[in-house]
Amino acid sequence: MSAMTTDKLVYMANQIARNMALEPDPVAVVADHIAAFWTPRMLGQIFAHGEAGLDPIAAKALAQLEKGHEPAPQTRATDPHAHGTDAG
Amino acid sequence: MGYERQADFGTPEVRSDAQVTCTIDGREVTVPAGTTVMRAAALTGGSIPKLCATDNLKQFGSCRLCLVEVDGMRGTPASCTTLVAEGMNVHTQTPRLQKLRKGVMELYISDHPLDCLTCSANNDCELQDQAAAVGLRDVRYGYEGENHLGAQTDVSNPYFDFDPSKCIVCSRCVRACDEVQGTFALTIDGRGFGSKVSAGLASDDYLSSECVSCGACVQACPTATLQEKAVKEIGKPERAVVTTCAYCGVGCTFRAEMRGEQVVRMVPWKDGKANRGHSCVKGRFAWGYAQHQDRILSPMIRESIDQPWREVSWDEALSYAASQINRIRDQYGRNALGGITSSRCTNEETFLVQKLIRAGFGTNNVDTCARVCHSPTGYGLKTTFGTSAGTQDFDSVEDSDVILVIGANPTDGHPVFGSRMKQRLRKGAKLIVIDPRRTDLVRSPHVAADFHLPLRPGTNVAILTAMAHVIVTEGLANEAFIRERCDWDEYRHWAEFVAQDRNSPEFLSPVIGVDPEAIRGAARLYATGGNGAIYYGLGVTEHSQGSSTVMAIANLAMVTGNIGRRGVGVNPLRGQNNVQGACDMGSFPHELSGYRHVSDGAARALFEAEWGVKIDPEPGMRIPNMLDAAVDGAFKAIYIQGEDILQSDPDTKHVAAGLAAMECVIVHDLFLNETANYAHVFLPGSTFLEKNGTFTNAERRIQPVRKVMEPLNGYEDWEVTQRLAHAVGLDWNYTHPREIMDEIARLTPTFAGVNYDRLDAEGSLQWPVNDAAPDGSPIMHIDGFVRGKGKFVVTDYVPTDERTGPRFPLLLTTGRILSQYNVGAQTRRTANVVWHPEDVLEIHPTDAENRGLKSGDWVRLASRSGETTLRASVTDRVAPGVVYTTFHHPATQANVVTTDYSDWATNCPEYKVTAVQITPSNGPSEWQEDYAAQASQSRRIVAEPAE
Repeated sequence: MSAMTTDKLVYMANQIARNMALEPDPVAVVADHIAAFWTPRMLGQIFAHGEAGLDPIAAKALAQLEKGHEPAPQTRATDPHAHGTDAG
Repeated sequence: MGYERQADFGTPEVRSDAQVTCTIDGREVTVPAGTTVMRAAALTGGSIPKLCATDNLKQFGSCRLCLVEVDGMRGTPASCTTLVAEGMNVHTQTPRLQKLRKGVMELYISDHPLDCLTCSANNDCELQDQAAAVGLRDVRYGYEGENHLGAQTDVSNPYFDFDPSKCIVCSRCVRACDEVQGTFALTIDGRGFGSKVSAGLASDDYLSSECVSCGACVQACPTATLQEKAVKEIGKPERAVVTTCAYCGVGCTFRAEMRGEQVVRMVPWKDGKANRGHSCVKGRFAWGYAQHQDRILSPMIRESIDQPWREVSWDEALSYAASQINRIRDQYGRNALGGITSSRCTNEETFLVQKLIRAGFGTNNVDTCARVCHSPTGYGLKTTFGTSAGTQDFDSVEDSDVILVIGANPTDGHPVFGSRMKQRLRKGAKLIVIDPRRTDLVRSPHVAADFHLPLRPGTNVAILTAMAHVIVTEGLANEAFIRERCDWDEYRHWAEFVAQDRNSPEFLSPVIGVDPEAIRGAARLYATGGNGAIYYGLGVTEHSQGSSTVMAIANLAMVTGNIGRRGVGVNPLRGQNNVQGACDMGSFPHELSGYRHVSDGAARALFEAEWGVKIDPEPGMRIPNMLDAAVDGAFKAIYIQGEDILQSDPDTKHVAAGLAAMECVIVHDLFLNETANYAHVFLPGSTFLEKNGTFTNAERRIQPVRKVMEPLNGYEDWEVTQRLAHAVGLDWNYTHPREIMDEIARLTPTFAGVNYDRLDAEGSLQWPVNDAAPDGSPIMHIDGFVRGKGKFVVTDYVPTDERTGPRFPLLLTTGRILSQYNVGAQTRRTANVVWHPEDVLEIHPTDAENRGLKSGDWVRLASRSGETTLRASVTDRVAPGVVYTTFHHPATQANVVTTDYSDWATNCPEYKVTAVQITPSNGPSEWQEDYAAQASQSRRIVAEPAE
C-alpha cells in the first residue's frame, strides 16, 4: 500500500465529511456513503492507516464501519432496498 | 427498404382541438383547424405541385405553382397559404390550373440548365418532378437572354457545394437556416432578377460565412443547387436504413442512404422524435471516420508495450487475452481484474461487458466513462428525486417560459437541441445563462439572455444557493407544491439553511464574481416567470461539488414547483450518445442494471438465477481507484471497450503510470488510440454503421441502431465480447442483440416493456416502460416523485482545494466545440478539422496584454500537474482571470494539466477548475515531444498474415 493511495483515501473521506457536515446526522450519512461506494480493500487500507489526518466526522464514521456496524441507508442513492421501483 | 424520398406534406402539422372538414377533388377530409389546403390535400393522398413549400418550414407562398380553385373564392389562391375552412370545396386539377402552372414552370426552366442526365440530382430532383407533373414539354423563351447559367459553383464547404446556376430562389435554404437551425447565415441578396442566395457578406463563401454546416439548407433544396459532394461522387442512393447517430446525447435519428455497402449520405429522419428532422455538422456529415485508413481491422497482441504490435487471428488474440486474464486471476485474485464500458457503444454491448466482468471475471470492478462526465447526475437526481435521469423529453421545451442554462453550451455541444431551444426563445421564452464564458446562446441572432451570470469557475453551488436564498427569503417558494410533493421537515431544514445571511447574493457575490442584483433578478425570474426549465451539462458535474450542484438544481426546481409537467424540469444534457444507457445498464461498480446496489440481495438473486453465478455483494473499484490500485501493484488487467482514458481522464501522467503498471491491457476500439499505447491486446471494434443495438439518449429515449453495412473487422462489438466470454469459459449463446435486450428487460424493471418488436413499430420508447407506464414516460414525476417525497438536500458551498495563487493565478476551464467531439477520435478523422485543426487557448485581452501575448502565439499552459503548449486566441468571451480550451487533440493533451481533484460523492474529475499560469512559448513542451515519440514507437505494427 503506497502512501499516495492512503493520502488519497484520507482526502476522499474528509471531502465526503465536509460536504455532508450539515446533515442532521452527519456521522451516519458519511458512514452510509462510504459503505455504499468504497471497496473492502479501500476500507481495509484506511482502517490500517488509523485516524491520522481524518476529519472528526469521517473518523467517527470509519470507526463505526470498522466495528462492523452496518449503517442504515440515508438516501435513495445509497438505498439497496429500493430496487425496482423506478416506475415513474 | 428501398430508396424513396421522405414524405413531404408541404406545410407543418397544426395542433388544434377544433376540426374542420372540406372536400378536395371530391374527397372529404377532416383536419385540425389552421391546416393548409396543401397539407389537407397531401393527407388525402393527393399531390399539389409545389416548389417553395416543404413541411418543416412555415408556408411562404412565392413559387405560385401550388395554385388551386375554390368554389366561391375569386382567383386561384396558393394552397400553401390558404387555410381549410368548413365546407370548402377545392379543385386541384383543372385545365385553368394546368395552364397557369405550366406557365410558371416554363419561366423557372427558362433560367435553369437542361443538363438533367448529367446532373447529380437526376431522378431525385423536385424541380424535375414538378416539370413532369405539370406536363412541361417546351420552353418558348429560349436561352439567349440574360440568365444565371454561368454562375460559379462555391465548393468551399468540405461536405456540400453551392451551384447558383441551378438555383430557383425559392428561399427554402434561407428559411431553413432561419427557422430550423436559427443561425441566419443565409440571405437573399439583391432584388428581382438579380436575387441570389448569399452566405453572409458578398466577400464570404460558405466556409468563411457564419454557416455551421448543419445541412438544413441542403436538405431543403429542391434542386441540385445545394448538394452533398458525396452524392456527386457516388451517385443517387438506392436504399435507406433508419438508425441513430453515434455522436452526442441528443440522439438524432437519420436515414443512412446507401449505395451498395457505401454510405452516400446521412439525412435526418423527419419522424425522429429526438431531432424532429434536424441535424448538426457531426451527425449529418462527419461519418467518414468509419472508412478511415487509420482503422485497425485485424486483432493484434504483444507481450510488452515496448514491442511492436503483431497481427494475429481472432482465435489467437482472444485465446491470449483469456490466458492472461486467467493467469492474473490465479496469481493475484479476481479483484486484480476489471473493465470499462463505453457510452459510445450500444446498451446491449455495454450490458455484456459489465456481465463479463461480474459473471466472468468474478468482480464488480467495472466502471464507465460516465465516471468522468455525468456520474454526479446519477447520484444527485437519485438522491433528490429517486431516479438517475432527466425529467423531460425534448419537446417539453416548447412549453417553457423561462429557460435556465447552467454549465452547458447547447449550441456547440448539443446543437440540434440547441436549435430547438432557440426556436422557443425566439417565440418569447426568457433566458438565464450561468456560465463563465459568454457562450453563443447568450447573444445570437434574435436571441439574447435576460441574465448572463459569468460566475468564477468552481462557484456553482454558491450561486444556486444564493438564488435559493432569494426565493425563500422573498416568499417566492411554492409552498403548496412542497407540502404536497416533498418532505416538509427536510424542506424546513434546507430553507433555514439557505435563508442564512451567509448564503445571500450580497455575501457570496465576492466569491461568485457576479453582481448580487443580477443573481436576485435571475432568481426572481426563474421563480415567477411561468414554466421554468433547467438544462445543464458538464459545467455542473465536473467539479469537486458536482453532485452538490446537481442537488442544488433539484432543490431549485422543487422549491418553485417546476417539476412533473411539460415545460419545466431538470434536464441533464448528456455528452455522449449513450451516457444514459451505459449508466442504466449496470456499468457502475456499485450498481446492477436499473441502478440497484450490488448489496441488494433480492436484486442480486435475480441476476444470479439468470446468469448461474454468484455476484460479489461488495462494490467494485471506480476508474481512479483502479488506476491507484494499479500503481500500488494490486490491479493487473483491464478490458476497455470504446474508451480512451489516457486522453479523456484527468492527470494524464497518473493514468499512464497506472496503465503501464498493468500486466494485461485489452483495448477494444476502432483506432489505436492513446490508451492503446499501453495495451497488450488490441481487438478491432465496429462503428455504429456496422452493428445492431440500441442507444438511450438524454431524454431516456431508447432508439434502434441498425446495421447498414457489414462490419469491416468481421464482427459487431457484442460478438467480440461474447467470443472473449467464451474464451474465459462462459457459455453465452446470443445470436442477435434483440436477445440481449430481452435479458435486460427480464432483469431491469424500468425496461420490462422494452423489446425490438416494439422499438421497430414505435420508433422509440422512453423508460420507464413497464406495467405502471406501458407506453413509456416522456415526463417523469408527474403524480409524485419516484422516491416518494422529493428530498431537499443542504448544499453547503465548499470551495475547491484547487486554488489560484502567485504561481498559478488564472483558472482554466475546458469544454468542446461544435465541429469536434470528445477526444476527437472520430471527428479528427473527418473534414471537420477544417473548422478546428488544433486546440487553442482562449484568454481575455487584459490577461493577454499583461503577458505580451496576441492571438496565434504559442503559449505554455502550466498547472501543478503538468504543462503543455498550444496557441492563444485573445477574446473577451472569457472573463479576466479565466482561460479556456478544448480537449479534442492528443497533441495538446489538455488533461496533462488537469488535476486529480474530483467530486466528493462520485469522483467525477474536476476538469472545470484548474489553477494555471500562461507564459509565452516557442513550441511543444518536452513532455509533448517525449509523448509523441513514445506514441509513435508504441504504434509500430509488424505485418504478419493472420491465420
